[in-house]
Amino acid sequence: MTNSINEVEDADLFFVTGTNTTAQHPLIGSRMINAVERGAKLILVDPREIQLAKFAHLHLRQNIGTDVAVLNGIMNIIIEEDLYDRDFVENRTEGFQELKAVVSRYSPNVVEQISGIRSKDLIEAARMFAAADKAMILYAMGITQHVTGTDNVKSCANLAMLTGNIGRPSTGVNPLRGQNNVQGACDMGALPVVYTGYQKVVDAAIKDKFEDAWGIEGLDDKPGLTITSMMSEAQKGSLKALYIMGENPMMSDPDSTHIELALSNLDLLIVQDIFLSETASLADIVLPAASFAEKSGTYTNTERRVQLSHKAVDPPGQARADWEIVQDICRLCGYPMNYKSPADILDEINRVTPSYAGITLERIEKEFGLQWPCPNQEHPGTAYLHKDQFTKGLGTFLPCEFKPLAEVPDQEYDFILTTGRVYFQYHTGTMTRRISLLEREAPEAVVEINPEDAKRLGIKTNDRVELSSRRGTIRLKAEVTDRVPKKVVFSTFHYIESPVNLLTNPAHDPVAGIPEYKGCAVRIRRCA
Amino acid sequence: MKKTSAICPFCGCGCNFYLVSEDDRVTGVEPSPNNPVNKGMLCTKGWNSYEFIHSPDRLTTPLVRKNGKLTVSTWDEALGIVSARLKEIMAQHGPSALAFLSSAKVSNEENYIFQKMARAVFKTNNVDHCARL
Repeated sequence: MTNSINEVEDADLFFVTGTNTTAQHPLIGSRMINAVERGAKLILVDPREIQLAKFAHLHLRQNIGTDVAVLNGIMNIIIEEDLYDRDFVENRTEGFQELKAVVSRYSPNVVEQISGIRSKDLIEAARMFAAADKAMILYAMGITQHVTGTDNVKSCANLAMLTGNIGRPSTGVNPLRGQNNVQGACDMGALPVVYTGYQKVVDAAIKDKFEDAWGIEGLDDKPGLTITSMMSEAQKGSLKALYIMGENPMMSDPDSTHIELALSNLDLLIVQDIFLSETASLADIVLPAASFAEKSGTYTNTERRVQLSHKAVDPPGQARADWEIVQDICRLCGYPMNYKSPADILDEINRVTPSYAGITLERIEKEFGLQWPCPNQEHPGTAYLHKDQFTKGLGTFLPCEFKPLAEVPDQEYDFILTTGRVYFQYHTGTMTRRISLLEREAPEAVVEINPEDAKRLGIKTNDRVELSSRRGTIRLKAEVTDRVPKKVVFSTFHYIESPVNLLTNPAHDPVAGIPEYKGCAVRIRRCA
Repeated sequence: MKKTSAICPFCGCGCNFYLVSEDDRVTGVEPSPNNPVNKGMLCTKGWNSYEFIHSPDRLTTPLVRKNGKLTVSTWDEALGIVSARLKEIMAQHGPSALAFLSSAKVSNEENYIFQKMARAVFKTNNVDHCARL
């Protein structure tokens, strides 16, 4: 997030797209609802009628995968009606003419044809957004899990800059991150292109710096493989060994049949986890890890706040903390490390990572964490980014054209399947499916289907249905509901009994490598 | 009864709570009242997050595949195989034949040491995690 969770309470308007916030980030969702009850406006752009729709002043239900067209349409109206922030655009941005040229092609009528959103509603949304003094854009995987995910995010950033809604409290472009330390994993350089704090692996000076810090030579200066490419290289046979710590790609990655082939083709698969996940079952070696309650360490939340978590109990049996296992393997491979505790590692992170330099153990122990960038011990941390200027100086508008889904429905596969999570379960279910209350409330996979479609196909709530794509077939229970529009079905990836990622399309965003979980072509029929 | 401050293991909100434990068993959670993230509130997942910690399904020993089956092993044996095989594959096929998947569920320190292993020990940038998924 460019801004902070606390600032949600003071926003004048929320533009919420691709986040089912009350289900997936309940504590941010409830803050939004509080603000709406106090008088803030809520524009929801989401094909599904999620819980937040009840609180929305305007709910735009776009056709799946048409986000760029919708955002361009809104910007076009704001420019045409001269409602944009001239001061901000002139003093802090570049590329306005290029943006104007692109979005001018997205008149309300054109956008209505692409997205299904009525012109009148689009115009109302644009005016409402432009009228707000402090507008916060909040999004999540609903817009990023598309082949156009990067374009969707750029378009959100364009809208924020056009209206001067960035660099001030209660504004900004705010991705809500889905896992407790996905922000931290990125910050720590668990990415193929960067070291900690987004220092690039291709930068010779950065490479030198890490060779010095780590006392070695010959660091790789070329970008590595993303998770999606790792799987295809494994299937081709050029990737021989994969070491997976705390992830379950058999359930979380698209087109699971292809993932299983890839993993079985490896010479060596090492999986380190707290449970024998679907992925661990395929491993050559399984290493038992400690859970969050059995070790100390820091985690970085969606607002960039680095927080300390303490050890409450010992791990079961012989299980050990992930850092201890990794340190042992490094030693056995001829690179001794001498960390006595996570605190020693944090100390090294402080030294090699400018944005984390001031986030020391002593400081976060005393307070409720610190938000990066925090470049030195005296720095108070940063509640919101881009205050007086952008990191690169001027903010550049990066206009995008609308592109359709990679796989559009046809006669054979005539529905769009979109996937997500439900309130009571979490990700691949390894943790939440072992919690009795959550399992009681959401014990099995359900596919949502619109009443009109259901009637035509003779499907009733609780019927068993068969859902198929070009990649596979699953069986699960139907729920007939207006929550989904016509010709769209929704399901989740929590359940091994009905693994929805057998069906999803691995086509991915060319820049970010994110697969298009939010739309693939399927057919649905009642089980005989 | 002991209370230990911790961060919820689920979504990216990063709610602060106290793990309530008796001896070596976590028996519940209590939200932290003063922190700026969740201000004394938790969602249903957070309130119940302690339950999986003591699940009977937890892995408690290393496992090594022998004759096609995952078999109970020791740390010495498992880590011996891991390090020998990684070194062997690197020597035979070069660093690009190895890849490392880190985790959005483990701590910063653990992500740091994991990517450092990939880069410093095995000389590859083939390191990623499930941010995209």
